[in-house]
Amino acid sequence: MSALFTEAFLTALILGAVTAGIPLMLAGLGEQISEKAGVLNIGIEGMMLIGAYTGFLVAYFTGSIWLGFFSGSLGGMAVASLMALFCVRLGLSQIVIGIALTLGAEGLTALLHHFQFSQSYPRLEAVESLAIPGLSALPVIGPALFDRPPIIYLAIAAVAVTAWVFRSTNLGLALQAAGDKPAALDAAGVDVIAVRTGAVLTTGLLAGLGGAFMAEVGAGIFVPFMTNGAGFIGIVLAMLARGRPLWVLLGALLFGACLSATTALQVAGVDIPTDVIQMLPFAAVLAILVVFGRRASLPPALGSHYVRGAR
Amino acid sequence: MTDPAASSGIHPSPGMPDPLIALDHVTKRFPGVVANDQVSVAIWPGEVHVLLGENGAGKSTLVGMLSGIQQPDDGGILIEGREVSIDTPATALSLGIGTVFQHAMLVPSLTVAENMALGGKAWTRPDRQGIRRDMDKVCTDLGITIDPHARVGSLSLGEQQQVEIVRAVLRHSRVLILDEATAMLTPKGAQELGALMRRLVARGLAVIFITHKLNEAVEFGDRITVLRLGRKVGEIAPDRLRTLGSEAVTAEILRLMFGSHVVGADTGGRRRPTPTGETVLALSAIDVPDESVPVRGVDLTIRSGEILGVAGIDGNGQKQLAEAIAGQRRLGAGTIRLAGVAIETLSVADRRRLGLRYVTDDRLNEGTVGSFPIALNLVLKQVGEEPFWFRGVQRSAPIADHARRLVSEFDVRTPGVETAIGKLSGGNIQKALLARELSGEARVVIFAKPTYGLDVQNIRATRQRIRDAAERGCAVMLISTDLEEILELSDRIAVMDQGRVVGVVDNDADARSRVGALMSGAHR
Ligand SMILES: Nc1ncnc2c1ncn2[C@@H]1O[C@H](COP(=O)(O)OP(=O)(O)O)[C@@H](O)[C@H]1O
Ligand SMILES: [Mg+2]
Repeated sequence: MSALFTEAFLTALILGAVTAGIPLMLAGLGEQISEKAGVLNIGIEGMMLIGAYTGFLVAYFTGSIWLGFFSGSLGGMAVASLMALFCVRLGLSQIVIGIALTLGAEGLTALLHHFQFSQSYPRLEAVESLAIPGLSALPVIGPALFDRPPIIYLAIAAVAVTAWVFRSTNLGLALQAAGDKPAALDAAGVDVIAVRTGAVLTTGLLAGLGGAFMAEVGAGIFVPFMTNGAGFIGIVLAMLARGRPLWVLLGALLFGACLSATTALQVAGVDIPTDVIQMLPFAAVLAILVVFGRRASLPPALGSHYVRGAR
Repeated sequence: MTDPAASSGIHPSPGMPDPLIALDHVTKRFPGVVANDQVSVAIWPGEVHVLLGENGAGKSTLVGMLSGIQQPDDGGILIEGREVSIDTPATALSLGIGTVFQHAMLVPSLTVAENMALGGKAWTRPDRQGIRRDMDKVCTDLGITIDPHARVGSLSLGEQQQVEIVRAVLRHSRVLILDEATAMLTPKGAQELGALMRRLVARGLAVIFITHKLNEAVEFGDRITVLRLGRKVGEIAPDRLRTLGSEAVTAEILRLMFGSHVVGADTGGRRRPTPTGETVLALSAIDVPDESVPVRGVDLTIRSGEILGVAGIDGNGQKQLAEAIAGQRRLGAGTIRLAGVAIETLSVADRRRLGLRYVTDDRLNEGTVGSFPIALNLVLKQVGEEPFWFRGVQRSAPIADHARRLVSEFDVRTPGVETAIGKLSGGNIQKALLARELSGEARVVIFAKPTYGLDVQNIRATRQRIRDAAERGCAVMLISTDLEEILELSDRIAVMDQGRVVGVVDNDADARSRVGALMSGAHR
């Protein structure tokens, strides 16, 4: 059992937790922004998948991972703009549209991928990492946290920025008002539809980036259905984090650790059936929902369409 | 009174300045109703302009067009003589029109200061300190105390309303609209609001004060516009208001609001003599658990033929108490005796069989099933009982006969007994509800806000039903937030405050002031 606590094991575990956790974090953060503004964004899985596909495609053909990330974000936003149109503007059911977008994205990416890459499965080159001087020399956390692709630092910065917006800006107040009492926000002279649209598009951006990250950094390849429920885990994270971005980050790393335990345990030479290990993250979701689900709090106006002057 | 000058009062004689705001023949239609029909109103600075009218008269809709919530279908809005289009609430605010809506428009999860900051530049930090300073100043000026860092959800409705008024003043509003602002207040709170409005107009603001209460209009208004069924039926200008004296004004307004039929005018006031029948309903030491307003230690008795009014500000435990008596809610402690029989452990149906009836104020959700025909709604509390059901099988003929009898007896206006009850107007739904609860062997009837939201005709009809029930020997409990109604009908009046009965008074000459004092928490 002592093999579990070797430097190699811990490094592999944390490194894997970050790689697997970042997309979950981006999804959770994005979902949190939508939910704060009162939109339940179930289409986030589809946004991630489109992000993964466009990110991979652009990175593959241009050779630039940054263009890949950029296009992935745009792809996610494109899906989100449909969500904004149908749900925020036209007031259709957020649940139905969310599911439709996810299913549509799954079908579309699988189909396109099949036609483009049915013969070969091209891989991207490994993404270069950026060592942070000093910190990267630390044992265990040095290689696991501070000698990583720069997009990871950016993603973490997104948490800080979101936390700042929520806590310290008028925009943060407007987002909260849009989810808690949209009529009050409207009466205060702020356009509820605009705030919600902005929130949903930001969700698309973050989810698309998360998807692109999965394809470019995590796997180096696009595979149909590769997001594999990450968007839904993001929804759970957002729900449990109760409006706090930092909690999303912590939760995402925890889930990331579960997801990456397979690799780490192999490094440590522990022999547990992989099926059992792969169950881990989902068992963790269940356990956490059972224990903490009751304490999740959602904005009162979540999921309801706002029409000025309607009764 | 409906002279042309009043209804087109927006183009005053030359030499007079333009009014601050003028609504010029505005019309607003909703599916099935014309909420405002060619209404013209002029608002002048330094005046409290009262918009008076019954529920549904179109007051909120009219000011909604000033607040940017609704758009007029016809007609125009002028500000200082210039035609403007107020297409969003933001436009209204930038024009200096501040509104305190009928239902509080604050975000409960934010603090007072944060609510004031809403609408600031997106990426900047809310200037909590600056807001606090400004607020302190305005609050001192207006004689209000509010903690800027209190969470709005923790404030009472009256306090929230003050926050909204302060916010409107902070935003340099030139016009302040108060929609049914006294509905949530104690009589004392209403007085304070009246004084506050005076200070506001003294600062040169125009105040539009909306109410359906006549006494408030006379007391607080400099100018009164009366709306009825979407039309402006009259306006009383300041000089006339001053010269007429309050009694003549009241009579004038009554005529405008209701035409020649005046509510309660032909009823001869309260019933006498004092009922001396036996005690039919006896409550002792009743506790009703509830998260928001637990009811504690209620002792009340009602005699046969007596109407006991239960007064109090809405939400002080009246509903909880009524539901507990009816059996819809668990009793924490205490006993309920109906003609000496303890009924507190019986089911709703068993209590009904013993003659206990409850007319809920929630006509649409709790009282009826909207999509069911009237006939079925009339036997909703007798499901499974003969003759309407026989061995579990529903029998349409007796149900329809029963319905036809009640519909004609209670004058329910409906195309037929098979019409879905939800399609009827509020007044007719209430008639059907009364028919169901008052028919058969009723011995105790509890009315919860029986005339809420009804028009005058139906208010009169309903109040007559209540009197008739008592006349027939029922013990009647009349829960109402309308003090006039209570004073008009009751023999004795119990006042509820924060879940307790804080006093029971006889309905005599000085009942009004004693009940008012009890309601406003003077006993605390
Ligand atoms: N948003 C709306 N949709 C449909 N009907 C409405 C709406 N607002 C008001 N109404 C109707 O317009 C009429 C006037 O309502 P309102 O202006 O709220 O009256 P008041 O404020 O005088 O009580 C009522 O018949 C009401 O049912
Ligand atoms: Mg109204």
